[in-house]
Amino acid sequence: MTVAIDRATGRRSGERPPRPGLGQRLKNGYQRYWYAYAMIAPVVVVLGVLVGYPLVRGFYLTLTDANSLNSARTIGVNHIDATYKFIGLDNYQDILFGPTAYDRFWSHFLWTVFWTAACVTLHYVIGLGLAMMLDQKLRGRTVYRLLLVLPWAVPTFVTVFSWRIMLADSGVLNQILGALHLPQPQWLEDTFWQRFAAIMVNTWCGVPFMMLSLLGGLQSIDSSLYEAAEMDGASTWQRFRHVTLPGLRSVSSTVVLLGVIWTFNQFAIIFLLFGPTGAPDAQILVTWAYFLGFGQQPRDFAQSAAYGVLLLSILTVFTSFYFRWLKRNDQLAV
Amino acid sequence: MSTTTPPETAPGLGLTAAAPAAARPRATRRRGERGPLGTVLLHVGLVLASLIALVPVAWLFFLSLGPEKDDYLHPGRIFGRMGFANYAFVLQHTGFFDWFKSTMIVALGTTFIGVFVAATTGYAVSRMRFPGYKPLMWVLLLTQAFPIAILIVPMYEIFGELGLIDTYWALILINCSTAVPYSAWLLKGYFDTIPFEIDEAGRVDGLTPFGTFFRLILPLARPGLAVAAFYNFITAVGEVAFATTFMLDDSKYTFAVGLQTFVSEHDAQWNYMAATAVLIAIPVSVFFYLVQKNLVTGLTAGGTKG
Repeated sequence: MTVAIDRATGRRSGERPPRPGLGQRLKNGYQRYWYAYAMIAPVVVVLGVLVGYPLVRGFYLTLTDANSLNSARTIGVNHIDATYKFIGLDNYQDILFGPTAYDRFWSHFLWTVFWTAACVTLHYVIGLGLAMMLDQKLRGRTVYRLLLVLPWAVPTFVTVFSWRIMLADSGVLNQILGALHLPQPQWLEDTFWQRFAAIMVNTWCGVPFMMLSLLGGLQSIDSSLYEAAEMDGASTWQRFRHVTLPGLRSVSSTVVLLGVIWTFNQFAIIFLLFGPTGAPDAQILVTWAYFLGFGQQPRDFAQSAAYGVLLLSILTVFTSFYFRWLKRNDQLAV
Repeated sequence: MSTTTPPETAPGLGLTAAAPAAARPRATRRRGERGPLGTVLLHVGLVLASLIALVPVAWLFFLSLGPEKDDYLHPGRIFGRMGFANYAFVLQHTGFFDWFKSTMIVALGTTFIGVFVAATTGYAVSRMRFPGYKPLMWVLLLTQAFPIAILIVPMYEIFGELGLIDTYWALILINCSTAVPYSAWLLKGYFDTIPFEIDEAGRVDGLTPFGTFFRLILPLARPGLAVAAFYNFITAVGEVAFATTFMLDDSKYTFAVGLQTFVSEHDAQWNYMAATAVLIAIPVSVFFYLVQKNLVTGLTAGGTKG
């Protein structure tokens, strides 16, 4: 029963006796690890079937000219076989460098990057601020915390509709702005204000997760560190800079990464805020890809999937650089 | 933030102006204390933030009481004629209970399958080091990064061929594929906090790794499992894209799709929409508050241990 319970006994290749033959190695490996493999098997199967296979197939789709007119489909009782054909990398060529590349891909790409950076920054800064406020000894702390997680407790698709009502042309927000003699932007029609509104709503939805995670992180910082810092005469800012931030490192690196990934792929907020076909300039890459694949006629499956491959590549590259950066700065908790 | 204490305004400071002013505050104030102004600012900040968090939800509730679909344009009119007519209409004349049923089937199905599958994996990656460990962790993280755009088209095709379009299974399986990796991650963090000695004790007593897992670890990990279950549940309830695309029969809509039917291109029945939204939001938020204490510890365990 040598399942590696103890992490210290990792592989240490230098001290091993000469390696046994391949058959023996396989047998040993099987005896040692079969519990582990049996336990991860369900996830591997689920992910393989539900993510891996569609991914391969989706990638193949990007190399074809599939759309809803030439894909396999059933109309009534008649089944029509797929007639799309292989066209190589033309879709990528068209998306990245074609005549409409800027209008369709690059402008959305720039906006998506800006959207992600802005939202995650706002999430983190506001979340940290609120977490630090909640970490104080304070009357009514529990009530505040309950109220502040509300945006997370209510399903996103519910609250986004609420924002949509409030942001409508003569909705309550503009009525208030009007009463204060301030300009009343067309939140859901004007491109700049659409983007502004999208960031605002997403920030509102995303802060509670950051706040709770960072609050947990703050509470795990040893308070004697603060006392020591104070004894040494550290100012408030210095304590924040040299005790709080380093103490939050591992939590921060995780939530920022998840925040970036989730925001980059945020579908529901933009899709529901502007409706399925509205606001072409405020769509981020994910919702734009969905529009190409399902929001128009004929549905362009191939291009939609090609956008998906591009999105995934962007995120994979980002994640590996992020990990490398974390490792270099010795901030990785894993 | 709130530790920014305002400059000490001790009474009678003028008399002792000659004393070294910089040394005074530290001598009179201990750590964790703040001036009255600091407390006021703290409360003002938190009240303001709570209001911002509360208003959109409260506004929805307020509008749900008004009888006309244009009431959101003239909120003042609602005061005279508040009532629950919208709720009565939604419950009696829309597909509310159908949607409720579909949402529950999909959400509970996702929760049960997802948590079970994620728990064994979380345990395996928490306790064992095996060849393929690193790639597995990497894949678990990377599946979070999968944009729906890449999966939705091939899945539509595959499910179409399997005859799964417009079935609950389609949504349950898809929701699992997004919820399971994160739950496994979360649970790994939680299992890491359970002492390894417990496993060893179980092993000494002759339990297999499976026995240890089911008899000893799972009962201890209940709070972590609750968090994972909750995460699976809200992910499944809140899923919009696949539910919108794959559910064609309006009696099988989940809430996320059903709610959209009130707002078509030509007509927007905001009053019914608001009432339905409130009906959906109340049970989910109550459930949320029941588990939210666990949520902080669960998230942190996952977060700090990576």
